[in-house]
Parts: sequence; structure tokens; C-alpha cells
Amino acid sequence: MTLLDITNLSLRIGTHEILKEVSLSVEAGEIVAITGESGSGKSMTAFSAMGLLPETATTSGGISLSGTDLLAQSEAQMCDLRGQAIGMVFQEPMTALNPVKTIGDQVMETILIHKALPPDQARARARELLDRVGLSADRFPLGRFPHELSGGQRQRVVIAMAIALRPKLLIADEPTTALDVTTQAQILELLRDLVREFDMGLMIITHDLAVVADLADRIVVMRHGEVVETGATQTLLHNMQHPYTKMLFAASNHQVTLPEPPAPSPLLEVKGAVRDYPLPRKNLFAKPEHFRAVKDVSFTLYRGERLGLVGESGCGKSTLTRAILGLEPLQSGEICLDGMAITTTQNPEIRRRMQVVFQDPFGSFNPRHRVDRLITEPFYTLIAPPTGSARSDLIAETLRAVGLQPEDAQKYVHQFSGGQRQRIAIARALITRPELILFDEAVSALDVSVRAQILDLLADLCEAYGLSYLFISHDLSVVRTITDRCLVMQKGEIVEAAATEEIFATPKHPYTRALIAAAPQLPELDQGVA
Amino acid sequence: MLRYALKRGFSLIISLAVASLVIFFVIEIAPGDPASFMLGINAEPDTVAALRAELGLDQGKLQRYLAWVGGMLQGDFGMSYTYRTPVAGMIADRMWVSLPLALYALALSTLIAFPAGIYAAARRGKAGDMAVMGATQLGVAVPNFWFAMILVLVFAINLRWFGAGGFAGWDDGLGTALHSLTLPAIALALPQAAILARVMRSALLDILGEDFMRTARAKGLTRRQALWRHGLRNAMIPVLTIIGLQFSFLLAGAIIIEQVFFLPGLGRLVFQAISSRDLIVVESVVMILVFAVITVNFLVDLAYALVDPRLRSRT
Repeated sequence: MTLLDITNLSLRIGTHEILKEVSLSVEAGEIVAITGESGSGKSMTAFSAMGLLPETATTSGGISLSGTDLLAQSEAQMCDLRGQAIGMVFQEPMTALNPVKTIGDQVMETILIHKALPPDQARARARELLDRVGLSADRFPLGRFPHELSGGQRQRVVIAMAIALRPKLLIADEPTTALDVTTQAQILELLRDLVREFDMGLMIITHDLAVVADLADRIVVMRHGEVVETGATQTLLHNMQHPYTKMLFAASNHQVTLPEPPAPSPLLEVKGAVRDYPLPRKNLFAKPEHFRAVKDVSFTLYRGERLGLVGESGCGKSTLTRAILGLEPLQSGEICLDGMAITTTQNPEIRRRMQVVFQDPFGSFNPRHRVDRLITEPFYTLIAPPTGSARSDLIAETLRAVGLQPEDAQKYVHQFSGGQRQRIAIARALITRPELILFDEAVSALDVSVRAQILDLLADLCEAYGLSYLFISHDLSVVRTITDRCLVMQKGEIVEAAATEEIFATPKHPYTRALIAAAPQLPELDQGVA
Repeated sequence: MLRYALKRGFSLIISLAVASLVIFFVIEIAPGDPASFMLGINAEPDTVAALRAELGLDQGKLQRYLAWVGGMLQGDFGMSYTYRTPVAGMIADRMWVSLPLALYALALSTLIAFPAGIYAAARRGKAGDMAVMGATQLGVAVPNFWFAMILVLVFAINLRWFGAGGFAGWDDGLGTALHSLTLPAIALALPQAAILARVMRSALLDILGEDFMRTARAKGLTRRQALWRHGLRNAMIPVLTIIGLQFSFLLAGAIIIEQVFFLPGLGRLVFQAISSRDLIVVESVVMILVFAVITVNFLVDLAYALVDPRLRSRT
């Protein structure tokens, strides 16, 4: 019998049609990946199976788990099934655990709530489970609190909770999206092992096609609440039928054409940069200790060059970025833009020549301002900002340059999609005609198809406006295509610097090698990709 | 945890020292000489000077400050200018009314607010929630002295369950004393309960939207189990903050209620002392109140750490 069988599932929340006639199945021991861009309904499909939909949701069709019709179960019956027959792992390990309860209590709770074992045995079982997911007793006693664990370790605790009663079906909703690549590889490995060991069915939801191709036995591609294509991984990868599937894979693997950088002449010079953060005092009279986030970093960014800066979270890349922007002081060393020293005191000339684009296009805009006001914000730093028609011409030209319309100047930011918002952010950076733009994870939050368009835009802009880029990202595939040269950062130090292709083809430092090995790769697709 | 407590304790002492300085000098710069006030406008300058010397008002400011603080540390708050009795005794008498009243009101307010807030949060948007929210809206809007008068009308004058005012004292036993404090405590508690219930509800609703609540539901907890096991303790931080603030308010801010019920509390004492320029009493009462407020905040800080392990490990 099929383990999970979803047939013609439709879902409405209020007047919104979320899912349309979705059908898919998961067999015991099988890993099925549901993929698609944001808004495709992949998470809602998972929540339907869990029976954790908002109260206003109405469903039709069928979801059966080993023959039990889940949609016909009462809430009390669903509570029995959740945690026992179906386990679930979530996207955000940092917030998925209760901060005021110990990890032991939280793992035990799954066992106790279903009255599967008496408390003392449940405690022993919780210990076994944490050992199984790789959290050993000596370093991770049951009395640990979630805030004492890293993201990857917390995700292991969440997995331990989900598998505590050996459910037949495990649902994982973007389980590694918030994690670094090396941690992601370990968590995926753990999930794969658990599926084999327990003969569970695993329904994994992810937007990352490289993960999908690497892990899944079968792939379900969704768009706008519908399943557009489904098939065994190898068959589907090599024989895509639906144009959307082809587009998705092509966009994930999108390559841009960069103009040749001019002959090297230094633009941004970082010399021996050191950035310390004070740690909380151990006691009242002790000298405060420091955490050195950036350790003696030196590099040069040449005019017209696209330079990448990669590394995992906590490696110091964001700190370095803030220091380059003059937002934080250095404890030692120097950063110069075209010979001018960057300090935390505002220099209008440096401000004009160096701009930044951040990750979250919505969070970095004031929602009450219109687009013209938003993108002219850098004018505050100019000594003589343009006024009158020169100003409106510049706004129109800049909006057109990033692929928007001059009329968009009068709209508010909530009227735009995520990709358009990032275009507005780029317009804001572009409007002072800078020489250098810093991109801090600027495409990480975007869907693959939108990301491909933004990368194309960046490639066009650097040619049209003679820009230099510093591209900070944890996403190796993006850095690989958009940069000429790349720096790899680990624990506050730059461990490798070389031409991008050279780094990816022949990484020299062990850390670079580990990073590249851990990143899931899209297989070479010889056919079927448009 | 010990380090956290010590650190908090240290900042408590610093706060008290700063507060004593501020209180002393703010009251010093207030216009009006207590000696001439006590003797009336027709007093001879010599008599006023003699009284000033007797009261120690002719000494330097710093000396008087040190004498005041030093005395307080030994439990000697000085002599009241107007009543010529030790301030410590006056405050102690009043404290025996105000402190139990504040605690009584706080207990009532918490007992009403917790169930109401939890009930409303669990039934968000439904009739029960709306009824509770409507009632709390009323509770916040209506002033407590109006409640007090209604309570007197209904329970003292019509039903004759309670006396209309006055305090029976502690000599006749706990029951009698609490009985005479019941109506004022209810009048004080109702508006505070309304505020606290609203805070409880919104804190819980915030928590209900957290990822870990969804995790709890995915484990198989019912909505109610998730609320009690995971929601409540996380919602306690804002609730504890409000409870701390309310205690301070109840201790010092009960003056109108004390007036309505003829209770000899701290509020009335400080009011009388201000009107008669009895600076030493004002200073001492304010200092005692500051001490109470800062101590309560210290206790609230310790309670935070009990609730939230993240604060325990932070130094």
C-alpha cells in the first residue's frame, strides 16, 4: 500500500485558491522532493498532510496515510497521528525550539505526549535519539538549552523530536535552507541515513534544485498551487517535459556574460584590517576580552572588477562589509577607496562613490515612502544633489536602467514583487553613479528565475556604467558566475584568493575544498534544458 | 545565575545611592523654608533662626545629606518637623496599611488577569475573547475611585457586607484587617487587572505565532497543551514587567483610594507632609517608595532569569 497518497487535493484559504488538484504519493523508504518557487504551494501541501492548516482553510480531495483518510480525521485523532505516524522538521532551526525548555525535555515531550513510554524510559530514549542524530552525551547533555546550540545542532534536535516515535512519514520543510553548506551536507546525510534505517517515507520540500537532484528518488515540481511535472529523479532530470521545469533548472544554472575587466588599477584597498568586538566581562573587575571577527585582512579590488567574498556564517564577511562601508571602526589597519581613507565619519565623496545593496529588499525600504523618494535617499549624502527636472530625469533614467518604468516612481514598495524590489534597491545604489557597489547576499532571498534576471541585470549594469562589484555571498553557484576573482574567508581570515574559475576548478586551501565539496551540484544536463 | 543576581544586586545599590542624591537635592531646591512655615508668617527672625538651628537646617547641604543617609541606614529617619515624632515610626504605621493593601490588590489583579488573558488568547476573535476584551476596555477607561464609590454603595451601604471605610488594624486578627481592606483592594485591582489581562493576551498571541508553537503542534500536542506547556512561560516576560510596575504604582499611587476609604496609608501621609512643608517626611517616604520600587524591579529581574534560561547565562 502506498504510504502517503494525496489525490486531487484542492485548498482554499478564504477566497484564495492555494492548491489545485494536487496529486502525489510517497512510498515507504522513498525520498520525494517537492520543489518550486515561492507561492507554489509546496509548504501548504505539507501542512495539509499534517492537518495544521489555518482555521479558515477548506479542503477537498483526499490525503491518505497507509489507507487512513487524514482529511476525515477529527482534531483529536490528528493529534494522535502527529508526532507518532507523521513527524515534521522545519525551516528555521533557530526558532523551532522553545527557548525556555531544555533539549532533553523537548525530545522527551514527543514520547510522553503520546504516552509511548514511562518518563524514566522516555529520558533514556531521548538520550539515544540525540546520540543517533549526532549530539553526543558528553557535549550535549539533556539539560542543554537551545540557545547554547548552533543552527545545525538545533536542527538535529528538531529531527530527533520528529523521529522519536519512528513515524512512517517524515516531512521536512526546507530543512537546510537556513544552514551553511557544510552543515547542510551533514543534515541531508543524516536524513538520508534515517530514511534507510527506519524505512521511512521522506517528503522534503526545498527550492534548491541541487539538493533535490542530489537527494531525491522522485521529484514533484509545483507552480501556482499545481503539480506541473513529476517523475523519478534521473528520468525527470534527463527528460524534462514541462517548460516550467526546464526554465527552473536552466535558471538555477544560469550563467551570465561579464565584460572583460580593464587592466588592474586599484580602487578599493584593504590593508591589514582588524575588527574586534568586546566580549561581556567575565566579572566586574576583569579586563573585557575581545573577539577578533576580522583578523589582519588585506586585499585589493581593482577598478572594473567583480570580486566575490564567500564564507560561512560567522566567518566575518558581514563585519568586513560594514567596515568597508565605514559603518564600524577598525582596531588596526586601513581601508581606502581610490586613495581616500574610509572612516566612520561621513565623507560625502566616498559615500557617493560606494553604495550597497542588501539581502532583504522589503526590510531595507521605508514602506511609507514612494519609490522616487526611496531611490533618491543617497542624495542626502551629496553636497549638491540634483534638483527639479535634472532630478526627475535622473530618477527616470535610473529606473529604466534597472528594468522598471519611470511611472513606477510614484508607487509604494508593497506594490512590487520581490524581484522588482531588489531592482529598486539597485536603482537606489546606482543613482549617485557610484564606482563600487557592495552586494551583501543581494540575491539570496530571490527565487531562481528572478535571481537569474537580476544577475543578468548586474552583468549589464557593470558594463553600461563601468561599475566594480564586491559580491558577498554564501551561495557558491552565484559567486561563480558573477565574479572574476574570489576571496574565501574563514574565521576572520582570507584563506584563499584567486581567479574565480581557478578557485572552483583547483581549490588549494582545505577549507575551500570542503566548501566546494559540500555544496550540492546540479548534474550536467545534456538534454532537455532549453 | 549567581553572577547574574550579584550583578543585578550591585546595580540595585547604585540605583539607591543615585536616587537618594536626586531626592535630597530636588527637595532642597523646592521653595519654602520649613522653619518659617511651622512658625507662621508673623514669626520673629530670631525664633525662625533658632528653630532652623534646632532642626539642623543651618548646616551645609552635604553634611545634612550624609546625616540623612547615615541615619536611614540605622533606621533613624529623623524627626518630623510638624508632628515632632520620629519619622520612622510614622512611616512604619502607614506601611502596615499600604503594603498589605498593595499586595492584596496585586494578588487580586493577578488572579483575575491571568485566567482572563489566557482565556481570551485561547479564543482569539471569538465571542469569549470579545467579551473579555470589552470588559478590560471598560476596566482601563473607568477611574478606580469611581469603582470605589460603586463598591461602597453596593457592598457597604446596601448589602452591608463591608464597612464603608476606615481600617480595623491588625490587633483583631488577620481576618478583620483583610476584611476592611477588601473593598479598597478590589477598587485598586480592577483597573490593574484589566491592563494585565490585555498584556497577558497580547503576549500569548505573540507567542502563539512563534515557530516553536508549530513544532509543538507537529509533535502531537493539542492547541491547549501547546498553549500551557510552551506558550505561557514564554509570555511571562512582558507580564512580569507589568506586574513590577503595577506593584510600585499600587504602593504609592493609592492616595485617592485611601482618601475614599479613609485609610491611614503612605499616600495620605506624603500628601499631608507636602502641604505642611514637612520635608524630612517627604524625603523619607519618597526614599522608602524608591527603595520598594527598585527592590521590586530587582525581584522582577530575578524572576526573568528563572523564566528565561538565556538571561541566566548572560552576564
